[in-house]
Amino acid sequence: MTFEYAPAPESRAIVSIASSYGLFINGEFVDPTGGTTFKTVNPATEEVLAEISEANQSDVNAAVNSARQAYDRIWSVMSGRDRAKYLFRIARLLQERAREFAVLETLDNGKPIRESRDIDVPLAAAHFFYHAGWADKLEYAGLGANPQPLGVAGQIIPWNFPLLMLAWKIAPALACGNTVVLKPAESTSLTALLFAEICQQADLPPGVVNIITGAGETGRMIVEHEGIDKIAFTGSTEVGKSIARALAGTNRKLTLELGGKAANIVFDDAPIDQAVEGIVDGIFFNQGHVCCAGSRLLLQESIAEETIDALKRRLQTLRLGDPLDKNTDIGAINSREQLNKIDELIKSGDDAGAQRWTAPCELPDKGWWCAPTIFTNVTQAHRIAREEIFGPVLSVLTFRTPDEAIEKANNTPFGLSAGIWTEKGSRILWMANQLRAGVIWANTFNRFDPTSPFGGFKESGFGREGGIQGLSAYLQSANDGADRARGAS
Amino acid sequence: MRTIAEPLTTTSALREFLHGLPGVDEVGIKARATALGTRSIKNDSKSWAIDMAIRMVDLTTLEGMDTPGKVRAMCAKALRPDPTDPTAPSVAAVCVYGDMAPVARAVVGDNLHVAAVATAFPSGRASIEVKLRDVRDAVAGGADEIDMVIDRGAFLAGNYGLVHEQIVAVKAACGLAHLKVILETGELRTLDNVRRASWLAMLAGADFIKTSTGKVPVAATPAVTIVMLQAVRDYCALTGSQIGVKPAGGIRTSKDAIKYLVLVKETAGEAWLTPDLFRFGASTLLNDLLMQRQRMAVGHYSGPDYVTID
Amino acid sequence: MNDRVAVRKTYKLFIGGAFPRSESGRTYGVHDAKEKFLANAAKGSRKDARDAALAARAGFAGWSAATAYNRGQVLYRVAEVMEGRREQFIADVQAAEGLGDKKSARVVDTSIDRLVWYAGWADKYAQVLGNTNPVAGPYFNFAIPEPTGVVAAIAPQDSSLLGLVSVIAPIVVTGNTVVVVASTRRPIPAITLTEVLATADLPPGVVNVLTGDPAEIAPWLASHGDVNAIDLTGVTNQDLAKQLEIEAAGTVKRVRRPAQPNWLATPDLGRLTFFIETKTVWHPIGA
Repeated sequence: MTFEYAPAPESRAIVSIASSYGLFINGEFVDPTGGTTFKTVNPATEEVLAEISEANQSDVNAAVNSARQAYDRIWSVMSGRDRAKYLFRIARLLQERAREFAVLETLDNGKPIRESRDIDVPLAAAHFFYHAGWADKLEYAGLGANPQPLGVAGQIIPWNFPLLMLAWKIAPALACGNTVVLKPAESTSLTALLFAEICQQADLPPGVVNIITGAGETGRMIVEHEGIDKIAFTGSTEVGKSIARALAGTNRKLTLELGGKAANIVFDDAPIDQAVEGIVDGIFFNQGHVCCAGSRLLLQESIAEETIDALKRRLQTLRLGDPLDKNTDIGAINSREQLNKIDELIKSGDDAGAQRWTAPCELPDKGWWCAPTIFTNVTQAHRIAREEIFGPVLSVLTFRTPDEAIEKANNTPFGLSAGIWTEKGSRILWMANQLRAGVIWANTFNRFDPTSPFGGFKESGFGREGGIQGLSAYLQSANDGADRARGAS
Repeated sequence: MRTIAEPLTTTSALREFLHGLPGVDEVGIKARATALGTRSIKNDSKSWAIDMAIRMVDLTTLEGMDTPGKVRAMCAKALRPDPTDPTAPSVAAVCVYGDMAPVARAVVGDNLHVAAVATAFPSGRASIEVKLRDVRDAVAGGADEIDMVIDRGAFLAGNYGLVHEQIVAVKAACGLAHLKVILETGELRTLDNVRRASWLAMLAGADFIKTSTGKVPVAATPAVTIVMLQAVRDYCALTGSQIGVKPAGGIRTSKDAIKYLVLVKETAGEAWLTPDLFRFGASTLLNDLLMQRQRMAVGHYSGPDYVTID
Repeated sequence: MNDRVAVRKTYKLFIGGAFPRSESGRTYGVHDAKEKFLANAAKGSRKDARDAALAARAGFAGWSAATAYNRGQVLYRVAEVMEGRREQFIADVQAAEGLGDKKSARVVDTSIDRLVWYAGWADKYAQVLGNTNPVAGPYFNFAIPEPTGVVAAIAPQDSSLLGLVSVIAPIVVTGNTVVVVASTRRPIPAITLTEVLATADLPPGVVNVLTGDPAEIAPWLASHGDVNAIDLTGVTNQDLAKQLEIEAAGTVKRVRRPAQPNWLATPDLGRLTFFIETKTVWHPIGA
């Protein structure tokens, strides 16, 4: 007998999913005025989990009005010290109900419970904890004395880290004194709706956080709403561009966290076993549904072959399957639509003549799955080397010298993140300096922390989330009104 | 892949080779160990793992106060760990000081391996003549496995040639006995050193590489064990020979032991999941494994009164 | 009695450290505040904008890699050379903006002082805006400000020198390079400034100055694939500002919207911080 791991599923019993959900406006769940709903599905089983309300224009108006009233009457005039205490409460409530959030996230998103339990949910709580402390210290945020909130923030988040992205958006906005209207992605609304319950348990004043569900059309209504002072968006570069166009000529501020095509660069003097782990973590974390994924592996030619061999050997130990199983490394692709997009790009890699290798894993019959895939013999001209795949697909390129690595790494309209693997300190610093990307991981990859600013160069967006720099996305200097500007640096 | 182009015996040739090995990033490997530590082993796989872990134990007593009586009791336990359950497997070996090898052999006969620590264990601070005599005595006394210690002083001073030479000499003195080389990783301190010492030992003829004597504060850790498992994996890819790994010291619970088996499976591979290639140097671990085994069999938690002390 | 016939100057563009005429061969008449003819200025074209963006990109590698100390000294040097030409600048500003002697002098002095203020920031903003971050794990993590890249700027239409200096200094002090479209009706102080820039150790391409009509030139800069940000401070036409912002969205440019601040007031760091990117670097801490 070999050492097979028996199934070790996390119990679903901890969550109770309602058959349908309303919109969270002004502190309570209300039915959508239009009465339209859509289904949210477990991507691992295609089981319908719940009916979600689609917010229409009058729902958006109601949410914005509620946020405005809460801003004017309560939140903007409340002391920072008291705002802080509400955020601390939320952080603690998230910790208390962490397992429930993790299981729900895994059910709705398809990500492995190991990740929702160990990364998404703890980091979400940490974001509230970090920003809570800022609420009464904003005069130290670097924007001069008496910095001001922006007002009502409209926040639109993606499906890859539903609760974590909610935390990245709501925590700094609230800490800085703004109120919010947040729309989760249509395929992953459930943890945002559970978060609404946390707001109720925390006795957060009604209207400070409004959560309205819906698809792109609801998002457009938020973006175009004149009662909103600031839009924060995380998602695709295409949608980000259309939002920037929609805000042209207005006074509404904008921060964008968009796509990426990060280079993960491995030199011949790298700690190779950890580099292999970093490559795996870089592209297969969260099924590759990560904007900062290390989707382009740049290997120094002298070690390319042995590194690819080691990588393939390592990928054979990855466990794909039931996301609720505690031993699962690779979960389900979030939607059929996303799977189709990944498959289409894989096909383009095949057609372009790149060499495909797929990890030998059995795909479940139901649900949407994609086995870890590596393309070698990729050139800069291939679509799989240029376009964001947002799936577990790695494109491998080679380089000979540090200069060539930099040239190839920077040769993209994106600039979100990059990885460097070498044991030579001066080379790390030189590379970090030369790379045009907002987050550089040296001898590690895909690390996140609320104190660490995150955001992109170039078409990966503008503004930062996290750290002291992230506060500027929701705060302005007292004399900013005279010299209005968009974005945050 | 790396190749071994020339005979690696001199300090300079060894230095070039060992320092050419990829570095080990401590944080990265600890993160990997932590991630593997979250593997959840249930039901059948847990039963299998517990029995495998028992079969991998080198049941050990290495105390100044050891007596023939103590060693005999331990050997009896090693042969039949759970007197109430004949399906419980025997351990792999007993591990004693060299002078106790005859006592142990008399009890276990041909049924178990007898491992003896030798070479001025645990410090290794003695002349090579003394060390070799120590080995020969143990082998003559019935040990068929020798657990030697490397000269950490020489290793840390960069005198790789001397360390190599001593291992080669000890190996020769072992005759047919298997040689386990103790790196004493707690004294090597860095994981780069652990990787280099692992290769040095393998190049010199070790059959097993072992983490620790159990006599310094830091013994086996998951990170150190992963580095050693990577070394045997890579050495096998290069030479075709499989070298064993033995973490020793500090592994006290079934949960820990199972985590180590996960490390073996996911680092070196299934081929190493055999007592021929992986051992635990332990004493108290065995009883915890037995209690877990009882709990799996009867469905409720066991207690220390239901396993024997020796 | 002075009957000498003055030698007049041909006013040209400033691109990559050189003074070309517009490739289009066009000029337009520039008049003073009382509508008296002053000179013909080059009427910059789409291709001039393209050439300027190219020069700015070529200048970026060296300028962004220059030491902060060096960038500070270069900006300070610009102030030094301006001081030497103080009288000329006062005359230019007076003619352009129709200000009295005292007011023109104050504008010029403030412009020079503003450069000195920004020059001093060169080796300090990274200390103020950068930091180490206490992440919850064994990692050293630091965040540093880096220049955004090539910035296009539309200089204020009214404040022909002080506004211009106040727009470009915070852009270039952090290592960006700039293509600036000078005040359309009041380009001469900007052109005089280019003569200062050319002799003040500023590497070619760091500042490029176009004269002409923003409505013609700016859309090409707003949509340009190798321009990273655009400063619309001097855009007075709201429709044009909106159009430029829409063009800029196509490449996710950072857009600073039109503004008419009091240029005489001491600025805060808002302009400087707008054209930087925070780069965060992680490294494990292990033995």
